[in-house]
Amino acid sequence: MSSEWPLWEVFIRGQHGLNHRHVGSLHAPDAEMAIRHARDVYTRRNEGVSIWVVPSNQITASVPSEKGPMFDPSKSKIYRHPTFYDIPDEVGHM
Amino acid sequence: MSALVEFALRMGDNTLVLGHRVSEWCGHAPVLEEDIALANTALDLIGQTQMWLGLAGDLEGKGRTADDLAYKRDVWDFRNLLLVERPNGDFGQTLMRQFLFDAWHHPMLTWLSENSKHERVADIARKAEREAAYHLERSTDLIIRLGDGTDESHRRMQDALAYHWTYTGEMFEADAVDRELADAGVAPDPAAMKPGWDALVGDVLAEATLEVPDNHFVHKGGRKGQHTEHLGHILAAMQFLPRAYPDARW
Repeated sequence: MSSEWPLWEVFIRGQHGLNHRHVGSLHAPDAEMAIRHARDVYTRRNEGVSIWVVPSNQITASVPSEKGPMFDPSKSKIYRHPTFYDIPDEVGHM
Repeated sequence: MSALVEFALRMGDNTLVLGHRVSEWCGHAPVLEEDIALANTALDLIGQTQMWLGLAGDLEGKGRTADDLAYKRDVWDFRNLLLVERPNGDFGQTLMRQFLFDAWHHPMLTWLSENSKHERVADIARKAEREAAYHLERSTDLIIRLGDGTDESHRRMQDALAYHWTYTGEMFEADAVDRELADAGVAPDPAAMKPGWDALVGDVLAEATLEVPDNHFVHKGGRKGQHTEHLGHILAAMQFLPRAYPDARW
C-alpha cells in the first residue's frame, strides 16, 4: 500500500448559477477529507458556495500526442460557428 | 478591574495563546493540506482575539488597544487556561488539545451569542461561533479517525489524552468574576458547561475507541495569572518584535 494519500481534483462553484470550475488538486485519504481540505485550501477568500472533489485517477483524458487528428479537422469548418445568420432586429441583443 | 474586562481578557487570551501555539505548526505540519488547515485555525483564533482584547481595552478605558494588550503585558497579566499554553508535542497532542478546547469553546460561544445580556459580548460570540463550529467539526473528525486508526495513531491519541486531561477541569472552575457575570446574565456559570462537555467528549472518545482517563486532578491558575513555564517562552517569541522595535510598522 502506498503511504501517499490519493490525489483529488477540486471543482468550486463561485456563485449561484455558475458552473463548478476546476481550481486545482490536493491529497486526502478519502472523499470526506478531500472536501474538508478543499474548503481549507481553496475557499479561504470566500471563493465558493459548493465544492466537488473527484479522484484524479477517475479522470480519463485525451492523449496529447493525438492532438492533431483529434482537433485539427474542426479548424477549417468555420461554418460550424453560428455566425452566418441574419438576426432580425426585433430579437435584440443575443 | 471590572468582571467584564476580566472576562474579555480570559476569552481573548485563550484565543491568542492557542492561536499562537497552532501557528507554530506553520510550515511543519505532516502534509501541506493540514498545514493550511492549521494556519486557517490559527488565523481564526487571532481574529477572535482582536475582538475580545479590543473589547477589554475599550471597557478598561485606559486607551489600550488589542495590540497593546497582546504585546505589552507580561505572563502574570495573562488570563488564559493552562490547557492552551501546553506545548504542541506531536500532531496528535496538538489535535487533542484543540478538540478538548473546541468542545468547550463552541458551546460557550453559542451560549454567549444566544443568551448574553451584554450586546458586544453577544456580537463577538456570534461572529466567532461560526468559526468555532468548524474547528470543532474538524477536530472531532480527526480525533475519531486517528483514535480509531492504526495501532500507532491510537496509541498516540490515547497518550495525548492522558497528557492534556488534567488541564481540562480548569474550564469549569468558577470564581467571583464568573459568579458576578453569571448573576448578571452576561456569561454562563462555568460549571453549567460541564455536563454538555462531558457528554460530547465522552461520545467522541468512545467513537474514537479512546478511554477517558480516570484522573480527576485539576491543574489550575491560568485564569488568575498563574501560568506554567511554557507561557513565558510563548510570549518571548510573540512579543519580541514589538518590544524590541516599539514603533515598527509594516
